Amino acid sequence: MSETVKHSLMFAFVGLLIILDGTTSYGIFSGTWNSALGILNMGLVSAIMALGVNLQWGFAGLFNIGIMGFTALGGLAVVLVTSAPTPGAWSEGGIGIIMALVLGAMTVVAAVMITKKMPPGKKRMLILGAVLIGGFFAYRAIFDPAVSGVEAINPALLGSLGGLGLPVLLAWPAGGLLAAGAAWLIGKTALGLRSDYLAIATLGIAEIIIAVMKNEDWLARGVKNVVGLPRPMRKEIVLQEDPGFLETVASLGLDPVTASTLYVKISYSLLFTAVLLALLWMAQMGLKSPWGRMMRAIRDNEVAAEAMGKDVTRRHLQIFVLGSAICGIAGAMMTTLDGQLTPGTYNPLRFTFLIWVMVVVGGSGNNFGSVLGGIFIWFFWIKVEPMGAGLINIITSGMAEDSALKAHLLESTAHMRLFTMGLILLLVLRFSPRGLIPEK
Amino acid sequence: MDFLNAIVALTNYVMIPAVAYGSQLALGALGVTLIYGVLRFSNFAHGDTMAFGTMVTILVTWWMQSMGINFGVLPTALLALPFGILGSMGLLLFTDRVVYKFYREQKAKPVIFVMVSLGVMFMMNGLVRFIIGPGDQRFSDGERFIISARDFKAMTGLREGLAFKTSQGITVITAVVVVIALFWFLNRTRTGKSMRAYSDNEDLALLSGINPERVVMYTWMIVAGLATIAGVLYGLDKSFKPFTYFQLLLPIFASAIVGGLGNPLGAIAGGFIIAFSEVSITYAWKKVLGYLMPENLQPDSLVQLLSTDYKYAVSFGILLIVLLFKPTGLFKGKSV
Amino acid sequence: MSEPYLIGDCMTGGYGKGPDILHDCTIAVNRGEIAVIVGPNGAGKSTAMKAVFGMLNVRGGSVRLDGEDITALSPQDRVIKGMGFVPQNQNIFTSLTVEENLEMGAFIRTDDIRETMEQIYHLFPILKDKRYQAAGELSGGQRQQVAVGRALMTQPKVLMLDEPTAGVSPIVMDELFDRIIEVARTGIPILMVEQNARQALEIADKGYVLVQGRNAFTGTGKELLADPEVRKSFLGG
Repeated sequence: MSETVKHSLMFAFVGLLIILDGTTSYGIFSGTWNSALGILNMGLVSAIMALGVNLQWGFAGLFNIGIMGFTALGGLAVVLVTSAPTPGAWSEGGIGIIMALVLGAMTVVAAVMITKKMPPGKKRMLILGAVLIGGFFAYRAIFDPAVSGVEAINPALLGSLGGLGLPVLLAWPAGGLLAAGAAWLIGKTALGLRSDYLAIATLGIAEIIIAVMKNEDWLARGVKNVVGLPRPMRKEIVLQEDPGFLETVASLGLDPVTASTLYVKISYSLLFTAVLLALLWMAQMGLKSPWGRMMRAIRDNEVAAEAMGKDVTRRHLQIFVLGSAICGIAGAMMTTLDGQLTPGTYNPLRFTFLIWVMVVVGGSGNNFGSVLGGIFIWFFWIKVEPMGAGLINIITSGMAEDSALKAHLLESTAHMRLFTMGLILLLVLRFSPRGLIPEK
Repeated sequence: MDFLNAIVALTNYVMIPAVAYGSQLALGALGVTLIYGVLRFSNFAHGDTMAFGTMVTILVTWWMQSMGINFGVLPTALLALPFGILGSMGLLLFTDRVVYKFYREQKAKPVIFVMVSLGVMFMMNGLVRFIIGPGDQRFSDGERFIISARDFKAMTGLREGLAFKTSQGITVITAVVVVIALFWFLNRTRTGKSMRAYSDNEDLALLSGINPERVVMYTWMIVAGLATIAGVLYGLDKSFKPFTYFQLLLPIFASAIVGGLGNPLGAIAGGFIIAFSEVSITYAWKKVLGYLMPENLQPDSLVQLLSTDYKYAVSFGILLIVLLFKPTGLFKGKSV
Repeated sequence: MSEPYLIGDCMTGGYGKGPDILHDCTIAVNRGEIAVIVGPNGAGKSTAMKAVFGMLNVRGGSVRLDGEDITALSPQDRVIKGMGFVPQNQNIFTSLTVEENLEMGAFIRTDDIRETMEQIYHLFPILKDKRYQAAGELSGGQRQQVAVGRALMTQPKVLMLDEPTAGVSPIVMDELFDRIIEVARTGIPILMVEQNARQALEIADKGYVLVQGRNAFTGTGKELLADPEVRKSFLGG
């Protein structure tokens, strides 16, 4: 069996799993297309994230464990770009906030300039300290009242700056840009040092991005969440009132409510597939281009590449920013799909570690592997809970109904996910480090 | 009088908490730095090792409490601590045997080790949550305060109270004892010296007949001890929650890197630098300044530089600054 | 002719699965003698010594110590058999004190090491003065003394030195050679790789000139120094 046939069969198998989920309710399968398409859509988003991580890890050997942060930034971009502007927010303090942020940035820039331009010594320390402290207090003096102003506007519903009210599809590249900006900042500091340092720095930035999104209510309402984000297609309720749609549905013999949800989900599937294919095509082109070859040469022997005059750190920065931008795009797509931004739900297991499992299982260094791993592992992730619950039910079936141990075990099934995913990663790394579709 | 009140408030809200927290971070960072020195990778499972050891300690504590065993004014957890250490030693040695040893023999790149440790971290995390649940657990008992705020006010007649919690006292004393014992071990015993030798120059250590597997084994055992002690002290002082221990990774790594990865002395210094920065940057200085400044200059705002929600941002900021300007750390670390 | 104490006999081999670097190369040292390996850069001098010490794949020939075939032993096991080795680079524990370096040298010994340590301090008096200083803080020549001292702590039956004078000044080099002769006088055979061929051959009982991994010339130190061919090619006239 040729490699291509084998790999196509793998994709077909994953497709079959999703079709089975839509058609049969036997065992772990749900039997509803609604659920099956839900899995497919998130699977596609995950595949894009895996593609981004594979760019960093598979092409360049960079270990990024802050994927969660870049994903969340993508989500933030959706709110900032697409949601309707809050009336009066800009006059109440929005401008103040922007001014304060600009001032803050200028302070940092000034500090960097001072460090660079002045000779080291006591004088530099003093001036640097004065600039930083003065800048900080000036920033707070403008920032704090502006924030209270914005957050005071109808806090139950609004209380944030709101967005620009632009079309949804613009938000996705914006998410990529935002993530790229954060990645550039991190890459600039941590690249060129030991590989572990990038891991630690990305872990940190992810935690901090989430902390900012949870606590800065003026930005995107923090843990109060933003709901009802606009969508790129018509809403179910709108569809259910559209006579043309109802007619078509009736002619197909479907229930209008189900049909409208399916319509929305299928539209997302098509849209996401289009984005995935575009990114996959670009990644493949990149991989085959001289640029991609150089990247892999650097990954395989950094010293030799450096000796040949390649600026390794610069190349790494480039690919790190690109990969993170892809994660940002995927994050924006996910938030659009959910229709809401809930900073409290971002956790490193789901948004960082799971993606790593996808990349490693799929095959590090192979774009198709990442896509396959993304959809397959997502399916598995959704189904591991019913599987675990089934397992625990079997184990505990012999125990007394009121047994405390039984209750505890049943209650703890959810945590089996962490354990299972860790185990899968370790097993694949150990016994099949090249993954399902190995790098060519 | 106001000046004294200011000093007391400063001690109460900044100095004491920072010293206790710094001690906990230092013990955690020592573990990270030892693993780095000997096994040459950043162990992401360290926070969860702390959580695991603490969990075993908590379970034994509960058992002891149910059996009516206690430690008088001191928390029962101290009696249970050795069991927690044994538990995490067992876990770490087992992990080393079934996971890390393979990659050591393969001479895998450090980044592979880091990735593997991430997998281990999630398995440990799942294990801990599976056994004890993801929620908050309190397990401290015994006398709560060495000096309570009220006693202090009665004693001194000052307006400001100064509270010194038992857990803080225990933390500081234990940390000092553990650090002294560790340095004695590393500098005075044959095994300790062989660990340092191995960390310094692996090839030469092999030529000298030092058995790497033994060095690795001792390292994991010491790390298990350090991690469990750090975790239990943190849990006694604050509370035990698996996710918090995962989050502690960031300040712990920051401490180890600020001090210079692989350098035990640096890890201790780093722990205190991070703790003091974090506490003083997230503390609302209004009270202290209120005592010091003349009436008309007293601040209206809280004078809090950053809200406590951003405490990890402080570690992160310091980490970035160190990586930018002195990647080997303040004390000479092993490598950039 | 009796069997030399340590001999790498007709060794052929290279690093890992790489190409052969040594071809039928023979190196040996007799009891109580100093043997020196010299030759141009890239001749495989260090490689030959590492082959004798078991640090590369010997695909042909054998290594024998005191008549026993040790070809299959790992370097660590060779240390236990009584071979002391001083690598060219990174041959001390820089962050450990001088005394700790010596202690670690004796790691495999379970008996009292104090007497050996005194002997080494006697041999290298400067080390006694600096015993509590970190070895990494010492000068180049002193570091080499620590390195040799560390290897001597196992009370080896044969000592192997890989370019002990690399990177030290001529004065220090002379002093190091004096020390090495002193070590040899205590009865330990020494096998040494040297860049400074002339000085090395002057103190050598036996010399091996290697070229491209093969024995080019072999003889006593005096013979080689007198050999016009050797002088012309390797000693600069």
